[in-house]
Amino acid sequence: MSPDPRIRHDRDRPRRRMLLHRLDLRGAPYAFIAPFFAVFAAFSFYPLVYTGWISLHRVELASLDLMEWVAFDNYVALWEDERFWNALFNTFTIGVISTVPQLLMALGLAHLLNYRLRGSTFFRVAALTPYATSVGAAALVFTMLFERDFGMINWLLSVVGIDNIDWENNKWAAQTAISTIVIWRWTGYNALLYLAAMQAVPRERYEAAAIDGASRWQQFLKVTIPGIRSTVIFTIVLSTIGATQLFGEPLIFGQGPNGITGGADNQYQTLGLLLYEEGWKNYQMGRAATVAWAMFLVLILIFVIQRVVKRIASRRA
Amino acid sequence: MTTQSFRAHPDVRPHPLPAASRPRRRLLAPKAGRQHHAGPVTYLLLGIAALVSLFPLYWTMVAASSDNTRVTQSPPPFLPGPHLLENLGKAWQDAALGKAMLNSFIVAGVIALSTVLFATLAGFAFAKLRFKGRNILLMLVIGTMMVPPQLGVVPLFMMMSDLGWGQRLPAVIFPTLVSAVGVFFMRQYLAEALPDELVEAGRVDGAHSLRIFWSIVLPVARPAMAVLFMITFVHAWNDFFWPFIVLDMSNPTVPVALTQLSAGYVRDQSLIMAGALLGTLPLLAMFIVFGRQIVGGIMQGAVKG
Repeated sequence: MSPDPRIRHDRDRPRRRMLLHRLDLRGAPYAFIAPFFAVFAAFSFYPLVYTGWISLHRVELASLDLMEWVAFDNYVALWEDERFWNALFNTFTIGVISTVPQLLMALGLAHLLNYRLRGSTFFRVAALTPYATSVGAAALVFTMLFERDFGMINWLLSVVGIDNIDWENNKWAAQTAISTIVIWRWTGYNALLYLAAMQAVPRERYEAAAIDGASRWQQFLKVTIPGIRSTVIFTIVLSTIGATQLFGEPLIFGQGPNGITGGADNQYQTLGLLLYEEGWKNYQMGRAATVAWAMFLVLILIFVIQRVVKRIASRRA
Repeated sequence: MTTQSFRAHPDVRPHPLPAASRPRRRLLAPKAGRQHHAGPVTYLLLGIAALVSLFPLYWTMVAASSDNTRVTQSPPPFLPGPHLLENLGKAWQDAALGKAMLNSFIVAGVIALSTVLFATLAGFAFAKLRFKGRNILLMLVIGTMMVPPQLGVVPLFMMMSDLGWGQRLPAVIFPTLVSAVGVFFMRQYLAEALPDELVEAGRVDGAHSLRIFWSIVLPVARPAMAVLFMITFVHAWNDFFWPFIVLDMSNPTVPVALTQLSAGYVRDQSLIMAGALLGTLPLLAMFIVFGRQIVGGIMQGAVKG
C-alpha cells in the first residue's frame, strides 16, 4: 500500500498525533461494538428484566401506567390455572413432534446433498424455498390442505381408503398438522447447516475409517455424526427456542377467533398463544408477563436438565 | 462451489500474501463425502424432497388462479385455472396488501441495512481489534442469541405506547435494529477473509480505525454483507409475533395483513391463497435471483457454529 496523500502527516505536532492515535486504538473497538450493545440493552435485555417486574403487578391493557403490586399472586394463579398446564403440555408435545422428525430428516437430506450431484444448486435452493415462505402464507396453505371436507390431504387419504380426519378439532390431528407446517418450513434450512458442517469434516478421517474396513453406514455413524456434533447441538438449541415460542402457525390454523384460544377446547393452545390471550384479549398485562417469564424459566429448565443428563451420560461412558 | 462467492475481492490485495493468511479453503483436500457419485436412489429421494418443498407453493398458485367452487371440490384441481390476475387484484384490495407491502419493504429494508452495518462494525472489532474484555463481550453476544426476543413483548408494548409509537412502523423496526447472529456471522467471516497484514498496513500508513474500516474492511466484507442483508431481509419480512401485537389492521405488515384474510367471515379460499401468494412473491423473486448466494451464506455461517 502506498501512503495515502489524503492523510495529513503533520510532523509539527507529533505528541498530539500520538495521543489521538492511542485514543483511537483504545477507544475505537468499543465505539464499533457500542451500537449493538446499546440496542440490545434497550430493546431486549431491559424488557426481559422488566417483564419479571411487571409479572409481580396487576396491570390492565387500558391503563398501562397503573401498576398495582400483587407480589406472587399472578404466579400462584398461573400455577393453579388448567389452561397454563394445558398450554405447557401442548407446547412440549408440538415441540417434540415438530423438532425430532425435522432434525432427523434434515440429517438425511444433508447426507443426500453431500453426494457429488448434478444440479446440486437446484436441490439446495429447492430445499430452502419453504424457509422464504412467511409463517402467514405457509400456515394459510397448510390450513387449506388440512381442510376436513375438501382438503387435499384428506382426499389423498380417501384414495387409500382412510376416512376424513377432522384435523382441527381432534387434538392429536391438530397438533400433527401444526407440526407439519413447522417441519416443512425448517427442514431444508437445518439440512443446509448440516451439509456445511459435513463438508468441513476432514477427508482423512473417512479414509482412515475405510482402511479399518468400516462400511459406508458405519462411516456415517462413526465419522460424519461426531464430526458435525457441534452443529447438531446448535440446531437443537435454536429449534427448542423456536418451539417454545410457537405462535403464528396455531393462530392462523385456527382461522379466526378459534386461533387465539388454540381451538374450541384449547386443544392446540401454545404458551405463546396463552400469553397473547391473557394480554390482548383478557387485557391482563401482568398475567401476560407472568406467562412470558414462565416461558423463559421453562427454557432455562430444559437446558439445565439437558446439561445434567449429559453429565450423567458421560460419567457412565 | 458456494465458497466461490465468498473470496475477498482481488482488488484489495495489492501484493501477494503469505500462504498462511490466504483463505484456507482451497488448500484443503477435496471435500469429504463428495467422493461418491450419487446413484439413482439418491436422485429419486432428492427429487421427492424437492417436490415436497415446492408443491405447497405450486398449489398456492393453482388455488389462487381458480374460483372458490373449483378449489373446494373433491378431487382437488392440480392445474392452474384462469382467474389468477382477477384474484390477485381482489386480494390486493381486500387485505389492504398495497399498504402492507410498502410497510414490509420499509421495515425489512431498514432492519436489514442497520443489521448489516452494525454487525460489520462489531464483527470487525471482534475479529481483528484487540481490546480489554473482548472475549467476555463476545461470549455475551453469543449468549444473547439464546435469549428469545419475544419474551419482552409486554414491556416493549408499554414502551411503545409511552413513546407514542403504537401501531406505527418504528415500533417494529427499533427492537430488531441489530442481531447477535449477524455480529457472530460477520466476525467468523472477517476472521478468515481479512488478512491481518492489510489492517497493519493501514495502521502503518497512519489511517485511523474508521478509515481502515471504510477503505479496507468494507471491500473485503462486501460478499458477506450482501448475504447477511438478504437473510435478515427474509427474517424481518416474515416476522410475525411482535408486529401482530403492536400493529393493527389499519397499518399492517404483510404477515399481519394475511391473518385478516383467514379470519374473515367470507371464506373465499381462492382469495386467501391469492393473498398468500402475493405475500410471498417478493421473497420468492429474491430466491430465484440470489438463491445460490443465500444458500452459500447460510452454509458459510454454519461452519464452526
